[in-house]
Amino acid sequence: MNPFVAALRKDLLLQWRTRSQLVAVFVFGASALLLFSFAIGPNAAALRQFAGGFLWLALLLASTLALADSFESEMAQHALEGLLLLPADPRALYYGKAVANLLQLSLLGAALVPVMVVLYDAGTARVPALLGIIVLGAAGLSAPGTLYAAMTAQLRARNTLLPLLLFPLVVPALLGAVKATSLLILGDPMGQLGAWTMLLVAFDAIYWSLCGLVFERVVED
Amino acid sequence: MTALAVETTGLSRRYGRRWALSDVSLGVAAGSVVMLAGRNGSGKSTLLRVLATALRPDHGNARVAGHDVRLERDLVRRKVALLGHHSFHYEALTARENLGVAASFLGRSNDESLLARVGLEARADDPVASFSAGMRKRLALARVLLQDAEVVLLDEPYGELDPPGFALLDRVISELRSRGATVIMATHLVERGRALCDRALMLEEGRLAWSGPAALMPAEAPGGSFVP
Amino acid sequence: MGKGVWPFVMAGLGLALLAWGSTWGLAFAPRETYMGEVQRIMYVHVPTAWNAMLVLTFAFACALVSLLRGGWTWDARLEAAIEAGVVLSGLVCIQGSIWARPTWGVWWDWDPRLTTTAVLLFAFGGILALRQFVEDPVKRAVWSAVAVVIAYVDVPLVYFSVRWWNSLHQLQSTPETVSRAFHWPLRINAFGVLFLLVGLVELRARLAFLRREAESAPPPPGRMAEALGGAPPPYGGLSTGGER
Repeated sequence: MNPFVAALRKDLLLQWRTRSQLVAVFVFGASALLLFSFAIGPNAAALRQFAGGFLWLALLLASTLALADSFESEMAQHALEGLLLLPADPRALYYGKAVANLLQLSLLGAALVPVMVVLYDAGTARVPALLGIIVLGAAGLSAPGTLYAAMTAQLRARNTLLPLLLFPLVVPALLGAVKATSLLILGDPMGQLGAWTMLLVAFDAIYWSLCGLVFERVVED
Repeated sequence: MTALAVETTGLSRRYGRRWALSDVSLGVAAGSVVMLAGRNGSGKSTLLRVLATALRPDHGNARVAGHDVRLERDLVRRKVALLGHHSFHYEALTARENLGVAASFLGRSNDESLLARVGLEARADDPVASFSAGMRKRLALARVLLQDAEVVLLDEPYGELDPPGFALLDRVISELRSRGATVIMATHLVERGRALCDRALMLEEGRLAWSGPAALMPAEAPGGSFVP
Repeated sequence: MGKGVWPFVMAGLGLALLAWGSTWGLAFAPRETYMGEVQRIMYVHVPTAWNAMLVLTFAFACALVSLLRGGWTWDARLEAAIEAGVVLSGLVCIQGSIWARPTWGVWWDWDPRLTTTAVLLFAFGGILALRQFVEDPVKRAVWSAVAVVIAYVDVPLVYFSVRWWNSLHQLQSTPETVSRAFHWPLRINAFGVLFLLVGLVELRARLAFLRREAESAPPPPGRMAEALGGAPPPYGGLSTGGER
């Protein structure tokens, strides 16, 4: 079996087995959206204007939980080391985990959209485009997030270090995703959606290649 | 002269300021069963992990199954199996699934008979999280057998096993020997080791303190330190 | 690592240049027409910003070499460069705020370059934090080098994304164009900061190198090797007693 496929199957199986954790992360994200709305107050116009931003903030915060979880199972009994010793190609292990995390974060993002629609009155007719942006944004979080989760899972202060390292890094993806989402919700008279989408694609292309290259240095002795 | 399955030259590995392995040079003939003895903290686990390429040597080198551990790491890994202190399992998956994951990376189909062989067929579909320490050891043993390696490294394999488990392990070691594999077993069970093994190596504070036929291994390391 | 006194000489020279350029710029250069005295901060702000970017680029280079070569030298330089980068980025942000407040009435004007510098401050600050939490020196070196490479590659992406994001609002310009009369104090200060930086980074790198050596034990004496004059000792099965 192709090692990437073996890794992806393993990670999807693990995610399925621990799906109750994903539900908890979703609840966390939904609560965050609720709390953010309190920061604005019952101002319908303002809520609608900032909905895109808050959706992605909620997803970003939730992603630190989901990404950290994805390496809990690898470190508990040194399962990742066990695979590397078989031998298994570290790049396949990275991409398997990163793709599985991408799917999970996309699912999370898509699930948070109805929450946003309800709380912020922020819907869009362009649903496929919104889902596309969610996938691209989730990809931007997943690539460096999987790498840093692998790194910080081996350290004591893992819960603080992962967001500390990840947040500044994903600023371009966050800006792109927030702008694109806001344009879909509020309208895009000047046709800027394409430019922001391209930014997301560029960020994803760069980080999906770079992180795969360096993963081995992060998990091997 | 028989080929050497394992040879090390000046092998050294440190943890911070402490040398866990210090200038260890040894050879293990292919097809032999070797006992690795020594007190806690003498470097047995570190040596096995370096030979398995889980750790890189800081100084010196080693050749395992004919390949250099620094330069040909993947080739070494294909021929070596390690039964270590960590069981390499996914707690959320069942025993069968764990073995299946390993099999998928080895490019083989899952060998379910191995679960019966180690006595886990009744619990094959239970998540490993529900297993006792002894059962986890048995699953780890099944994983090692799945790898079908030339060189098998066992780090205190008898720990956590019950008496039937001891018998199982004895059988496994005999079978490994009869199919020509090389076995290096770190153990505190000196009498068992003397019975099962051809040769013995003793480590003391990261250095090779003694090597010779297993039957002649002293109870104490030369120099008067205690070996239980 | 080197042991010469040249870093002290460089730092001293840098301080002297900085004193000269700053005095000229702050006291003697002509007053800028539109922005007044506040504009004088540019004599310090622009050199700091240039050097911040320069030292972070140097950090990137150190990270690449450290990943390819290993050893403590380039890791020590990496540590020094990251620290200097964090300090300079922090200074740039503070200077930017000091300029923005009297000019625009706000402490922060979301200028693309300033905002990018703030993001870099957090990114590299996070890498310093990472270094604190990794105990094994080899892992620390490899992981922080990886993190620096990843963060540095992000710089153009951050800059462009913030610029596009900001261009949708009224672009409040920072004084980019400085007329001819102002060039000399700027250049002198730029070199002043550069020399000071080079000297301090080298000294800091030496300190880091010494710490790495103190953290890791020296190689063990190979007694058998000494006895046989360096030949590899015979393999197992020969010694029946006594420490080798």
